[in-house]
Amino acid sequence: MHPVCILLVLLSCFSVVSSGTSAPYHGIEKYAEEYPLPKLPYAYDGLEPHIDRATVKVHHTGHHAAYTRNMNAALKEWKNDDTSDSLSRSSLLRILQNLQDIPVQYRTKLRNNVGGYVNHALYWGCLSGNQGNRTPTGTVAADINTVFGSFSAFREKFTAEAASLFGSGYVWLSRQSSTSATAKPPLVITTSQNQDTPISEGLRPVLVIDVWEHAYYLKHQNLRAKHIGDWWALVDWEAVNVLDGWWAKMDVKVHEDL
Amino acid sequence: MLASRLFTVARAFPKHAALGCLVPRLKHTLPDLCYDFNALEPVISAEIMKLHYTKHHATYVNNLNITEDKMADALKNGDINTTISLQPALKFNGGGHLNHTIFWTNLSPSGGGEPTGDLMTAIRDDFGSFENFKKELSATTIAIQGSGWGWLGFNPVNGMLKVTTCANQDPLEPTTGLVPLLGIDVWEHAYYLQYKNVRPDYVKEIWNIINWENVTERFAKARMEKLQ
Repeated sequence: MHPVCILLVLLSCFSVVSSGTSAPYHGIEKYAEEYPLPKLPYAYDGLEPHIDRATVKVHHTGHHAAYTRNMNAALKEWKNDDTSDSLSRSSLLRILQNLQDIPVQYRTKLRNNVGGYVNHALYWGCLSGNQGNRTPTGTVAADINTVFGSFSAFREKFTAEAASLFGSGYVWLSRQSSTSATAKPPLVITTSQNQDTPISEGLRPVLVIDVWEHAYYLKHQNLRAKHIGDWWALVDWEAVNVLDGWWAKMDVKVHEDL
Repeated sequence: MLASRLFTVARAFPKHAALGCLVPRLKHTLPDLCYDFNALEPVISAEIMKLHYTKHHATYVNNLNITEDKMADALKNGDINTTISLQPALKFNGGGHLNHTIFWTNLSPSGGGEPTGDLMTAIRDDFGSFENFKKELSATTIAIQGSGWGWLGFNPVNGMLKVTTCANQDPLEPTTGLVPLLGIDVWEHAYYLQYKNVRPDYVKEIWNIINWENVTERFAKARMEKLQ
């Protein structure tokens, strides 16, 4: 290859790696030998005054990190155990979409830990301290109005689900599977228990709230409703639209491959 | 409203319909705590005890009463849809009330150590040793995904002790048939303010405040009921 071409390729690789605008969920769509704890797009105090520094820190370095470690360990064990199993060498997304095909001795561990890794990556990816992106915008906002009648009707329903979820889990806004290369699939609100994810139901989540007690207990103790209020104040609608676009790009790629 | 409740009570006690008309349906209440909020320190902080009892347990009690009222109305009206739709709330709040009521009695500021007598004998018989039992209950409880409880239960069918877990506030006996003897709450609210994400430390420390007298009482009662 011409040296200038090599240089250009190297430069473009460098710019992708050091772009600094990489979302926490980037990488879940391709296979890696081992997955790193995703970097947060903000400092630990970057979500103040809504979510406190102490919570973000323990949530990331305690909980999310533990899911990362346990996931990597379980994946390694599975790969070593069966060198012919191609699912063990697939992306995290593919693994979540095919939980029933994971050998039973690894299934629960992977369901919980891949789920925990991916769910938290999506949770971090929808938030920011950026005051500029607080108004619902873009395709997601328009589609919310179409499906729910108005943004406030959507917010009320989403909030009610988050407030009434029993135990540990998440509330999601997702797109249903893409059946057409042109039309945007409709949006739907769902909930999941523990580290289950709508990705396993074939959905494409664009917005998520974590209502495990660890997401809010240090600041709000039993008052989950206050956490829900804090979370709404941090949703970055530009990031939500970026996530929506990220799924769409993957759909396009799938159609191209076909 | 009152008339419909009296009717429900009277229907439940047909022989004493006259008396039933005078007795309103009883509401569940928070049980008394036998020790101060700070009595379980340093294992469980006063801050956690106060929140756990006055907020979490109290909310289960309140919501249980609300759910039962709604259920009573639905039953009276023959509204099967509503009756069925209230069942998750009944299990969640009823289970929460049952579980926490047992939990407070399972703990004591003068607890810890090991059980003696028949309970210890049964533990040795069914687990090999107290250490084995402690290891099994601890590991199983720590491994619970999300919210739930670890339990030592008594099987009334074969008279044996068993370690198991339940998710969320699912109550042990209706869910598994086991009679609850000792429960460890591992909802994050039970330990987070003190232990943060380090659940294993909380489960390790709680053995220092287990009220073996209470666990023994529950075991003796369960065994006696099995014999009847």
